[in-house]
Amino acid sequence: MSQTNPDRRHSRARVVVEFLGSMNLAITLLSALAVASVIGTVLQQNLPYNDYLIKFGPFWFEVFERLGLYNVYAALWFIAVLTFLLISTGVCLWRHTPSMIREMRRYRENVEERSLRHLHSRMELTSPHGTTETTTAASELLQRHGYRVRRRDADGATTLASMAGRSNRLGYIFTHAAIIIICIGGLIDGNLNLKLKEWRGEVVVETRDMPASQVPAESRLPPGATASFRGNVTLPEGITADIVFLNVRDGYLVQELPFAIELVEFRIKYYDTGQPRSYESDVIIHDPELDEPFATTIRVNHPLIHRGYAFYQASFTDGGSDLRLRAVPLIGSGQEPLEFEAKVGDRVPLTTHEGRLHLEVTEFEPINVFPDDETTERRFINFGPSYTFRLRDAAGNAREYINYMLPVRQEARLFFLSGVRETPNEPFRYLHIPADRQHSLNRFLAFRDLLLDQERVTDLTVDFAARSLNEGTAPESIADVALTMRRLVNLFGTGGFDAVIGHINETIPEERRAELSTAFFRVLESTLQMLYLEVLREEGVDFSNGLEDHDAEFFEDAVNAIASLPAYGAPFFLQLLDFDHRQASGLMITRSPGTSTVYFGSVLLMIGIFLMFYVAHRRIWVRITPNGSGSTLLIAGSGSRHRHEFEKEFNRIAGLLQRRVAAPERV
Amino acid sequence: MSAGSEAEMPPLDDDYRPFYRKLTPFDWGWAAALMVGAFITYFYFSSLMDIYELSILFGTAVGLIVLGWYWKPFRLFMIVVTALTLAGIALYDGDLARGQTNFFLNYLLASQSAILWMCTLYVLATLAYWAGLIARSPFAAQVGTATTWAGSVMGTVGLGVRWRESYLLGPEIGYIPISNLYEVFIQFAVITALLYLYYEQRYRSRAMGGFVLTVITAAVIFLLWYTFGRQGHEIQPLVPALQSWWMKVHVPTNFVAYGAWSIAAMLAVAWLVRDRIERKADGAPVELRLPSLEVLDDIMYKAIALGFLFFTIATVLGAMWAAEAWGGYWSWDPKETWSLITWLCYAAWLHVRLTKGLRGPILAWWAIAGFFITLFTFVGVNMFLSGLHSYGTL
Ligand code: HEM
Repeated sequence: MSQTNPDRRHSRARVVVEFLGSMNLAITLLSALAVASVIGTVLQQNLPYNDYLIKFGPFWFEVFERLGLYNVYAALWFIAVLTFLLISTGVCLWRHTPSMIREMRRYRENVEERSLRHLHSRMELTSPHGTTETTTAASELLQRHGYRVRRRDADGATTLASMAGRSNRLGYIFTHAAIIIICIGGLIDGNLNLKLKEWRGEVVVETRDMPASQVPAESRLPPGATASFRGNVTLPEGITADIVFLNVRDGYLVQELPFAIELVEFRIKYYDTGQPRSYESDVIIHDPELDEPFATTIRVNHPLIHRGYAFYQASFTDGGSDLRLRAVPLIGSGQEPLEFEAKVGDRVPLTTHEGRLHLEVTEFEPINVFPDDETTERRFINFGPSYTFRLRDAAGNAREYINYMLPVRQEARLFFLSGVRETPNEPFRYLHIPADRQHSLNRFLAFRDLLLDQERVTDLTVDFAARSLNEGTAPESIADVALTMRRLVNLFGTGGFDAVIGHINETIPEERRAELSTAFFRVLESTLQMLYLEVLREEGVDFSNGLEDHDAEFFEDAVNAIASLPAYGAPFFLQLLDFDHRQASGLMITRSPGTSTVYFGSVLLMIGIFLMFYVAHRRIWVRITPNGSGSTLLIAGSGSRHRHEFEKEFNRIAGLLQRRVAAPERV
Repeated sequence: MSAGSEAEMPPLDDDYRPFYRKLTPFDWGWAAALMVGAFITYFYFSSLMDIYELSILFGTAVGLIVLGWYWKPFRLFMIVVTALTLAGIALYDGDLARGQTNFFLNYLLASQSAILWMCTLYVLATLAYWAGLIARSPFAAQVGTATTWAGSVMGTVGLGVRWRESYLLGPEIGYIPISNLYEVFIQFAVITALLYLYYEQRYRSRAMGGFVLTVITAAVIFLLWYTFGRQGHEIQPLVPALQSWWMKVHVPTNFVAYGAWSIAAMLAVAWLVRDRIERKADGAPVELRLPSLEVLDDIMYKAIALGFLFFTIATVLGAMWAAEAWGGYWSWDPKETWSLITWLCYAAWLHVRLTKGLRGPILAWWAIAGFFITLFTFVGVNMFLSGLHSYGTL
């Protein structure tokens, strides 16, 4: 590097270079990049644009979009900071490399005595031995310590110039070159090429939702159109695809592949805790360049790499499982259950008492494992298959439900479980419908139907009233009591306990309420019991010796279930009869030809940093001048880092030299 | 050169033999024992390991051999740890229930107990070091050193036994215990303590112990809260993304860096304290046990440099793992990005140190800020930001 350049025309360029290569700029840029990176982590990146719009409102949405904050790391200003850092590192490297190499190669054997006397570490000795012997001794000693030695004789003195650890300087070059190499590799794998194509209008981002085959040509990229990409495809079992979707801002592009990939099966393996243990996709690659298709399995942490394209197991969803469903009416008696088929993802119109509803089947889970609450041991139980769906009314309002296919054991009783919630953020509230001995819904439905069957309830209550009241009670009173019974059952059957309480509050003056409501509830209870026994009788259950535990508990549970039906909100219970599970595997497909460049840079970086920190560039000079029959030695040294360690080493070497060359006087 | 004068010169001092010739029989015994251990492991478990895991096994053995040669006290530490861990495993004898019924397991060697011992010992060590510094008691400081060693032994034993326990829960569940927040906090405490013990011996000063052990105590407090407040100590099977040999190199490498940087930050605090006292004294000599500003600065630099090297390696390993698990070596995932931020922060620190004029307090405060950034990368990201790094959600 030229130290002085009188040429004025060059001076402005010099100032710029000086500035770009300055340490202060480097520090500023490193800090700026760090701060800029923070933004991308605080603001979640690459969400659908609608989410941002909802979050920030139209004004800030616009501002943030202009600033490129939804994809900070691809924003121009961010790339500009990065580029500046690259230029700065490059300039720095360019300016320092020549001097670093010079430092590595030059031994400085022509150093002046004066300069040596200025060094921090130095020592002077006199020896009875002649210069030839002392020179040899010093040279040998230095070499034993790993120093390379050069010798120069001039002006009647011998100078031994030696150094060790010069690869420290290489460390500087490696480290800073590595930064540049890594960034270049990253650039190759970035989406700059795609951006250019977009600017030139060669591709247009598609934002409409449509089948891939209908995406117009200007939104499609033929194989090899971009050196690198990262895209996704969701493959249901049995389907073959030869395209990948690249997400770009709020739209996508279709990247075509030079071969096709078929999903044979997607598998999840589970631990006994029900947590997933592995996700695997069995695939077949159909490549015209191969003689025959080949089959392989892609797992998490075990991607498939084929012709520079890498396939990763990224996600999974339902691929449209077939569900056989039965809608069992819960409101109004005399309706027949309706059986039909639906696929996950379907929207099925249903006509019910309460008007038209749309059933949207959203998910299906073949297993549901939960810790067993009823033991303290580490045990897990499988609740079996479940599925979630939404019921949307004509106004567009929807509730979400989760139903289990099989009855689930809770507190030693079996229930059909159905959870309901109004919004996705709240937990499900569960309806527990007791299962009968055949593990079916039949008894519950019979009981329920009976409650809503006006005619039969009338007959049974009249009969029941007559039996339970004292003989000789006037027929009008019997009719009155029966009417009360019927009304209570009716209220309870359609509106649960709330309706009963509401009725009491409306019809009875406050001062008598407490007393009469107890009586009303007792009447309701015994009427319900009577109706339940009627159901059992029809079933052919013999209860002449009293109810068995199961039947008694069933009554309690059935009453509770009916009481909570009004809050359940669906006019039917949707029972899953059978299913054919079909999964879809989400694959990420990438091409990143810059990877090896980045890895090379990374290795260089690690080596470079190691050399910089743990190898010290040290120099030791020994200047030997004749002194009578003996000689005088001036030993001096300097180290590029770790001053303490160097001083220790210097003192040892100088001490050893002293012991050696000055020995005779001491012996 | 005449034969006569050659004879008069004494031979070169034999202190400068090559490194390997200076090794003692004990050094060679150490190496042999580790290699034998590695081969026994290979013999029993090689069918369960892939080529990478085998490389890690033998790489670790070689690494430990060199570490033991370079830092002699580490060998006794490893021997005690190995003996206690094997004792723990033997006491379990294949039955997890013994953790509660066997006296030694229940009170000493079961991972939960060993880790509680570690917590206790580290807290005691902190108190002892501070007592040593404030009351100027060399004895108290010595107690600090001893309890720090003991705490590190118990922590490492706890992790070793836990490794076995995870396999006793079910062969398919078993995993190396460096995978969730609970386990990495133990790892952090132990690595930081060992690094500190190395510096303590190297610089012959126990005065920095109180500062460093304070960070470890903070980690211990978190660990206790996480154990008793969140049941974080329960062994949960690994999610598929974490079932990779990469984790075995990525995570420990990272924690060497975190440990080194924590030490650097606490040395920065010590630096600021000493600087403040010296300024107050206004040139008068001060009686302090703390090492001089220059020495503190030197150790701080070395710790940051060590951290920087390891963090660079860890990040590169992480990127390579990401390339295999997520489909790209760099995805700007929050954890990745914060690693970059941390890395840039310390790169800047190293450059600041090289520019004349910007020294002293600026470097110290910067190192402390760096620690908080590291802390955010370590736990904050998992708590506040969403991303692909799944371990340790609170
Ligand atoms: C991401 C970017 C960079 C990284 C990771 C990096 C890394 C490093 C490291 C680790 C050191 C060793 C520090 C030490 O010895 O304590 C160093 C030294 C140095 N860096 Fe950088 N650096 C970067 C950018 C730059 C830039 C842009 C410049 C331009 C001014 C620069 C100039 C230097 C210089 C002059 C040295 C001193 C070399 C010596 O004398 O041994 N660095 N760098």
